Amino acid sequence: MKTFLRIIAGLVVLGVVALLAFIFVPVQRSAPATDLAADWQPEPGQGEYVMHASDCVACHTSDEGESMAGGRAIASPMGTIWSTNITPDKDTGIGNWSYADFRGAMVDGVTPNGTHLYPAMPYENYRLMKEEDLRALYDYIMTEVPAVSNKVQETKLSFPFNLRFGIRAWNWLALTHEPGFTPTSSTEAETRGQYLVEGPGHCAACHSPRTAFMSQDGITASDESFLTGGVIDGWNAPALRGAESAPQQWSTEELALYLATGRNAHSAANGEMGLVVEHSLQYLTDEDNIAMAAFLKGIDGADVDLPDTIAAADHRAMEPAPADAAGEATATMLTEANPDISLGARLYLDNCSACHFVTGKGAPEIFPELAHNALVTGSETKPLISVILNGAEVPGTAKRPMTLRMQGYADRLSDDEVAELASFVRSAWGNDAGAVTAADVAAVRAAGAGH
Amino acid sequence: MARQEKKKDVVIVGLGWTGSIAGIELCREGLEIVALERGHDQSTVPNFEYPQQIDELKYGVRLKMMQKPSQQTVTVRRNDGETALPYRSLGSFLPGNGVGGAGTHWNGLNWRPQPEELRLRSYVAENWGEEIIPEGMNLGDYPVSYDEMEPFFTHFEKVAGISGKAGNLNGEIQEGGNPFEGWRSEDYPMPPTATTYDSSKFQEACLAAGYHPFPAPAGIASTAYTNPYGMQMGPCNFCGFCERYGCYQYSKSSPQTAILDALKMQPNFSYRTESEVLRVELAEDGKTATGVTYWDHKAGEEVFQPADIVILSSYQLNNVHLMLLSGLGEAYNPLTGMGTLGKNYAYQMNGGVSMFFKDENFNPFVGHGANGMCIDDFSINQNDFGALGFIGGSYWRSGTFNGQPIRNMPLPKGTPSWGAGWKEGIGEWYGHAMSIGSHGSHMSYANNHLDLDPTYKDKHGRPLMRMTFNWQDNDLKMNQYMKSQMEPLAASLNPDVMQSGFKGLGAQYDVRPYQTTHNTGGHIMSANPTQGAVNKFSQTWKAHNVFAMGAGNFVQNTQYNPTGLVGGLAYHTVNAIRTQYLSNPRPLV
Repeated sequence: MKTFLRIIAGLVVLGVVALLAFIFVPVQRSAPATDLAADWQPEPGQGEYVMHASDCVACHTSDEGESMAGGRAIASPMGTIWSTNITPDKDTGIGNWSYADFRGAMVDGVTPNGTHLYPAMPYENYRLMKEEDLRALYDYIMTEVPAVSNKVQETKLSFPFNLRFGIRAWNWLALTHEPGFTPTSSTEAETRGQYLVEGPGHCAACHSPRTAFMSQDGITASDESFLTGGVIDGWNAPALRGAESAPQQWSTEELALYLATGRNAHSAANGEMGLVVEHSLQYLTDEDNIAMAAFLKGIDGADVDLPDTIAAADHRAMEPAPADAAGEATATMLTEANPDISLGARLYLDNCSACHFVTGKGAPEIFPELAHNALVTGSETKPLISVILNGAEVPGTAKRPMTLRMQGYADRLSDDEVAELASFVRSAWGNDAGAVTAADVAAVRAAGAGH
Repeated sequence: MARQEKKKDVVIVGLGWTGSIAGIELCREGLEIVALERGHDQSTVPNFEYPQQIDELKYGVRLKMMQKPSQQTVTVRRNDGETALPYRSLGSFLPGNGVGGAGTHWNGLNWRPQPEELRLRSYVAENWGEEIIPEGMNLGDYPVSYDEMEPFFTHFEKVAGISGKAGNLNGEIQEGGNPFEGWRSEDYPMPPTATTYDSSKFQEACLAAGYHPFPAPAGIASTAYTNPYGMQMGPCNFCGFCERYGCYQYSKSSPQTAILDALKMQPNFSYRTESEVLRVELAEDGKTATGVTYWDHKAGEEVFQPADIVILSSYQLNNVHLMLLSGLGEAYNPLTGMGTLGKNYAYQMNGGVSMFFKDENFNPFVGHGANGMCIDDFSINQNDFGALGFIGGSYWRSGTFNGQPIRNMPLPKGTPSWGAGWKEGIGEWYGHAMSIGSHGSHMSYANNHLDLDPTYKDKHGRPLMRMTFNWQDNDLKMNQYMKSQMEPLAASLNPDVMQSGFKGLGAQYDVRPYQTTHNTGGHIMSANPTQGAVNKFSQTWKAHNVFAMGAGNFVQNTQYNPTGLVGGLAYHTVNAIRTQYLSNPRPLV
């Protein structure tokens, strides 16, 4: 009996020691994948470019705040996470961080004092960035970004998510991949695209599904689930591979144009993707946006045509597309002026068809297609309802400076009417998505614009 | 003591078409620019949202997009013997208000002048002799030729996004286009918009009569479109709400769809709304301007904005007013012919025929402001002025536009204007009418002019501008000629009822009914400083760093809607500033 108690006591002590070690023993930072000389210097502009490619601004800048001074609220399933000030301010930013500290945050998700970052910071993806790019980014932030004194709101999640040491265990599940980039693509352009998509672009953070532990399910191109679609805050981040996915339905040029400008012959970026275009992708070279498009196009072996440039024409007129085979019946029904059409179809004619047409095809680069549009037919109905109620906005970019705004219809349509209309567009032109209820609409309306 | 703002390289007065063009082109030269706009800011969303925007009572009747007479107006008289009275209720013409200016609420008809119109005095002299020019007509040549202007017309058409069909490509006549137009180096950037039923009928009648119909050149998108600045338009849905409205559909050519977002993105550009320029300040020697003084409506105070270059790009009437108030030239005296400011104010001479068909349905609610087929068979370069006894011409157009319910219920003459009889008339005739319009030239005359009113002042204490204007026999004769030619064509369509509306000899200008907002002249271009207020580059003869844009430059009005010439001249001007003026600021002529 005594022996048994001793064993128990011993195990308890061991357990406590292990727990204390788990909590207090500093995390080992990963070693660089490439050793760079101490006097290695980035090319002029390289760091700023990496900053754009990594889209630091979108999360680390509040709506009214200075660039990268933090304070943006990021919704997570665990609660609101407030982004930090990453300007080189010594008191409120990262001015005191060494390169090793910075690297630890980017690659291992730990701050200089050993605190774990919440994985809203996509270190799962930044972990794949090249050492040169990490160095250049650090150099840029420390020497070129203006220091801004801005103490941001502390993130306070509820128990147990407030115990940051728990992320250590989470990291054992999430950070199974080695730091650094491993190319698996066949051409130079696709390899460059793969790097940008996997690493700095952190596309998988939204476009890969999540595991039961909320880690990214699919971090590199060799993972089966990589970029097969995710759900973020009630919005579908659509699959970027598979026969029905946009990269397979669109040409490489159309996809690159979407990345660079947030609009193309088929669709328009809004919500989170609009921010990515606004703060990141529009600043990349044509070559890089084409490279990412090429990688996504060829990810499962499709042939890739490389366009020379994106939208080079001085000016151009583009005829709207006619209805496709799947959409002809709907187009005919909407054109027949039959007074017995459904309420949803009638509301579509009265409110939507002027821009999106009876074909559901819209008009190139300005009015998005509704037929086969991932936002219209997604598993999540909140985005479509939100666009109908509150409108949408595609930010202006250098190549396409016009801010494309769709007005909202919250004042004009009741919950029942929005439900009828949304159900109609989800089932028109060959779209095959489920109906929307008035209760769904009421919930989105109650949340207000911006959600 | 006025507040003083930080000096800029360029101050732009008025952010409509020409101000936007000057802004974006000069921004690209790296200049620091501020635009001052009297009115409010406005964008497609939220300001022009559907369905709020297509409220005919609010915008079409109560004119909510327009300048309010309490903000600014003119006094009007028909001749020097009358006492001018303030234009207190908008009628004959509708100056716009707010960012985008008249470019937001126009119909979208975008024409180039005929080459002969830019050298009309020489054209008349060469063909019929100067003796056919009536006494009192200030017929002139523009100091710039069509050939010089052609690249700038083409560029403006690309920026503005114009739909149409070329009739003369580099001298080769094109089937289906306007064979009487000046040469074009390129076709229109978009194909013509679809044709409505009335235009098809008109087209058939014209072909049968041996005329040459072509689609109206429209600042209305027929397809999706991206312009050279990367700005965009969406195809028009023919909702019929163009003139007096902003377009909710991104389909109408406007500063909003063509330039403004690209301009606002430039880091060296800023603009201030509710900032009403009161005068241009001149240096002590009077040879240059030092900036402008404006009234900041938000702060309620006067502000001095120093600048190296002043661009006057407000509406024609406001530009002339500012120049008169600022001493940017001498006021024109019609008795002596001396002075240049306010000279050659001109307008437009229009008429038309309406036809009613019991058994035809025209669906007048389908259309757009620049819809229709046109002919130029009675235009300036087709008319024998010597034989006809007038100088001028017109283009004709038929196509439903602005078919809105309150103001667009054409009824046969004699139908009661209210009550049961009116209702019966509407029941019988609504949707059964089509019309042909004649849009005619208006020459300049010594006794049609602008100056400062001796009595009435605006809320800033400045004298109002006085308009002295009446119809003249030359243009009325032109109008009657159009009537004589149009009625047989209309009759060939066999309408059940037909009625004409053409002003005849003896007609007096009536400022109450709407006619057109094509007010032109007053700071006209000229080859020398004694004849006009600005040179061929819109640079004022008085102060070389002040440029005055817009229809105020027109020596006499053309037979067309003015925007194409306004836009072309604006690009011609900014090109001269960029390539000739900036490196060596001086009088360019």
